[in-house]
Amino acid sequence: MEALGLYNYWLVIALMMTGFYIVITSPNLVKKIIGLNIFQASVFVLYITMGKIIGGSAPILSDQVSVYSNPLPHVLILTAIVVGVATTAVGLSLVVRIYAAYGTMEEDEIVAAEREDP
Amino acid sequence: MIAAHLPVLQVVLPLMAAPACVLLRRPRLAWGFATLVSWACFGIAALLLGQVLENGDISYALGGWAAPWGIEYRVDTVNAFVLLIVSAISSVVLPGARASIEREVEGDRVDLLYTCWLLCLAGLLGIAITGDAFNVFVFLEISSISSYALIALSGERRALVASFRYLVMGTIGATFIVIAIGLIYMVTGTLNMADMGARLPAVWESRTVAAAFAFLTVGVGLKMALFPLHLWLPSAYASAPSPVTAFLAGTSTKVSVYLLLRFVFTIFGAGYAFGIQALEYVLMPLALLGILSASVVAIFQLDVKRLLAWSSIAQIGYMVLGISLASLTSLTASILHLFNHALIKTGLFMAMACVFYRIGSTRLEDMEGLGHRMPWTMAAFVAGGLSLIGVPSSVGFVSKWYLVLAVLERGWWPLAVFILFTSLLAVVYVWRVVEAAYLRPAPAGTGRSEAPLSILLPTWSLIIANFYFGLDTSLTVGVASRAAASLLGAGP
Repeated sequence: MEALGLYNYWLVIALMMTGFYIVITSPNLVKKIIGLNIFQASVFVLYITMGKIIGGSAPILSDQVSVYSNPLPHVLILTAIVVGVATTAVGLSLVVRIYAAYGTMEEDEIVAAEREDP
Repeated sequence: MIAAHLPVLQVVLPLMAAPACVLLRRPRLAWGFATLVSWACFGIAALLLGQVLENGDISYALGGWAAPWGIEYRVDTVNAFVLLIVSAISSVVLPGARASIEREVEGDRVDLLYTCWLLCLAGLLGIAITGDAFNVFVFLEISSISSYALIALSGERRALVASFRYLVMGTIGATFIVIAIGLIYMVTGTLNMADMGARLPAVWESRTVAAAFAFLTVGVGLKMALFPLHLWLPSAYASAPSPVTAFLAGTSTKVSVYLLLRFVFTIFGAGYAFGIQALEYVLMPLALLGILSASVVAIFQLDVKRLLAWSSIAQIGYMVLGISLASLTSLTASILHLFNHALIKTGLFMAMACVFYRIGSTRLEDMEGLGHRMPWTMAAFVAGGLSLIGVPSSVGFVSKWYLVLAVLERGWWPLAVFILFTSLLAVVYVWRVVEAAYLRPAPAGTGRSEAPLSILLPTWSLIIANFYFGLDTSLTVGVASRAAASLLGAGP
């Protein structure tokens, strides 16, 4: 039953590959950013999973609780989420500028337009 | 009093200066401020290197929280040297950047460019100085996100696409690095690099560690443009504003090479990376293929900035080749080349900033006869080119000399021949520029018009440094061999 117990990790792998696949195959720049977000989300789940202990509570000192979940990975991933938001913001603003300059956000059309530039 | 806090000031100073720079609004004021801050960082880095050479490693506990619980900034010979390189390159390029940036970037964005520059500097210095693995990721993203913005600030529309591609590749690379750090944390329960290094040997057999190692190698490989993960680099370097290219070419890939050194030797340990995982069988073929293919591609480029960018990929190959041999001499060669290549490439890209300032292009066909129109600029380019090839008395020669020595130590003489042969390829691509600039006639009606002194002076100081450190190698070789010894000694 080990495979089922690792449910979260299977989810991480599925999400990671989904996101990665979108980044690689989609010619649409906005979809690439979405893929990147899914890819990053899988890492968030990975970190949150590794800190969680079944039956463990939040790490607040109390007489009734003896098992705590590790808060450190959760805090780390807060930072990573902020980084992800910043990356997405920069990426989307680049897409806006690209759309203004090329009139398209499909990668193949941009490549064709780039070839025509000197 | 302040001397004890230098490690944290090294990062906090540019990090805090960046938002202050936004408030200045005026382009020239922002430039002056950024230059001042950068020189202060250089001063701190020089003091830190002096302290390390004299008293040994420095450990700084942030906020007084002792390692391994708190975040530790740890300065040893290796990263003190990298800190010095990064801050020196930024400090030399910035004075020359003003005139060039005013030409290449729209007026209302100039002050923001210097803000991004300071953020990028803070990130790069942070990656180098920190002793905490998760901190590496945070600083990596600070430097990357600001460099995406720096590249996109160029007026050309292809810069936007180049920046976007870099963003996608860079984010994947950084995310791979976080996955690796998370996996190591799972098995060691620590984020402190030295502590990780001490605990990992007990779990060397674990599959989690193997996965972490794989993610890390690919992630860092993306960041340092290791062949075949280099595709983001040429267009990013070719379309960014020229001083930005000079800055990034000298610093960002170098810091990533440092990161590989740090993770392989301090955290995983040479015994794991080379003994169990056989990293050399991955790195060496990629390095050799990278050197060869990138040099050949460089020969066929029509734009000199793009040509130099491809040559950078080849030069990264030499550094990785040194790492893959994992001996004292080869690591010395790699660390030396880190410093030397930063001097060479930044000098060459600054020469291109001069060219772009005058003729608004760096395409070979537009550079015909430029040797007569801009004699000082092109002389700088030729001198830098000689150093890139590795002519004796230049820094390029020193690092290749040590690399060849390291190869011969193993008795692999065909590899030594390969290094000499690929240097000849460098002769070919440098010659193409020389031929266009000196042997072709200048278009009619063009007179002599040299670049302004403000760009020319930093260019020439870099070129002179190329030959100064080529003749007097006591500082660079001394520090690099000590750094290599500390990397090999730290591993179990």
